[in-house]
Amino acid sequence: MDKRVVVLGGGVGGTMVANSLARSIPDEVRRGNVKITLLSNEEKHTYQPGFLFMALNEGRLEQFQRKEKTMLHPGVDLVLDNIVKIDRDGKRLIGEKGTVYPYDFLVISTGSFPDFDSVPGLAEGSYNFYTAEGAVKLREALANFRRGRILITIDVPHKCPAAPLEMTLMLDDYFRTRELRDQVDILYTYPIGRVHALQSIADWAQEEFESRDIKYETFFNLTEVNPQLKVATSLEGSEVQYDLLISVPAHKGAQVIRDSGFGDEQGFIPTDRHSLKMLGEDSIFVLGDATNLPISKAGSTAHYQADVVVQNLISELNGLPSTAMYDGKVFCFVESSMNQASYVEFNYTHPPQPAEPSKMLHWFKLAYNEVYWLSARGLL
Amino acid sequence: MEDVKVDKTVDARGSFCPGPLMELIKAVKAQPVGAVIEVLSSDKGSANDIPVWAKKVGHELIYSDQVGDHWKIAIRKTK
Repeated sequence: MDKRVVVLGGGVGGTMVANSLARSIPDEVRRGNVKITLLSNEEKHTYQPGFLFMALNEGRLEQFQRKEKTMLHPGVDLVLDNIVKIDRDGKRLIGEKGTVYPYDFLVISTGSFPDFDSVPGLAEGSYNFYTAEGAVKLREALANFRRGRILITIDVPHKCPAAPLEMTLMLDDYFRTRELRDQVDILYTYPIGRVHALQSIADWAQEEFESRDIKYETFFNLTEVNPQLKVATSLEGSEVQYDLLISVPAHKGAQVIRDSGFGDEQGFIPTDRHSLKMLGEDSIFVLGDATNLPISKAGSTAHYQADVVVQNLISELNGLPSTAMYDGKVFCFVESSMNQASYVEFNYTHPPQPAEPSKMLHWFKLAYNEVYWLSARGLL
Repeated sequence: MEDVKVDKTVDARGSFCPGPLMELIKAVKAQPVGAVIEVLSSDKGSANDIPVWAKKVGHELIYSDQVGDHWKIAIRKTK
């Protein structure tokens, strides 16, 4: 019997699953026994880590985008539509013009999105590097910034937990290179009692901050921004004056998840941490930022999860139960300046140890920015 | 521990990043004032981190217990 596999979302996770599946079962796809459809509401595929580099004037948007169609294996059918509802009982998706997409197996990889309305005054009073538009605006603001305090605030949950720290360390280098650092005060804040979620990264970063005169305040959960007075207020009772605010807003799940009524309060989907099946569902897999798993929302997470989802899909398509288990693996580069980087790797049971920063790791990261296009195609 | 009605449980076992406290903060934001939020953590550091944050903000610590290989910690949202 023919089977329809529908992948919802054209980001890292969705694209990798669709391509890897098509590559793994070429005969079934060619004969039409398995039909793979990727549904995306974006014509272009964006490599989001590029936004950090864009904001610091080290790359342009065109470098970090490709047409999704050019990314896909010929056995994957791309459909551009904005899905407005997932009907689990009817095993079908509904597009914004009423088009119905039935599925036998559904893969949800709908990502996460910064919520600029999550804090009063945030949309009006802050810059960000979590959207392409935000990175372009921030690039201009930083290029024209010559004196004053830059405040960095970070809300939870957010994707790419390394990025705010990278931005802070790179900003220091950016203004030193421009010989403006003695006129620019950098104040980094973090929601918990150390400067990063990972204790080992926090210990390393705190030393970096102190040696580079980067100021920091911990236990800072942003509750309000006053764009007129340029003051940011925290839940813990702190009020901080700023000249330029760079904020990482709390993220939420995709609109379609919230509208379909099966996400948690922020629209993230309850997911089995090992099989990556949606809890209570046998024919729906979830990966990447869309899950409610307590792990990093990062491209590498989606990448490793894609391998597990593909393996389990193949089993299920052949009438076998899912046996591949995700072990919580995450890998993150951490840029420590404009020309050095570190990395961490960890899973559910093994804590990370940051690698010694080096120029080689920085060049590795820049090389990966290009190699990514092969990964997304399921080639690497 | 058994007498308290928990409104939301967050299973943050095996989480190094973002970690149990960040998962708890995420959950607290989505709950109304008065709600009890429980977090499960396999990190013994949570038994220190979470009460410190709760005290700093003014949330009430309901319990912090080791249960087998993990900790169960609950707070009541006060504001």
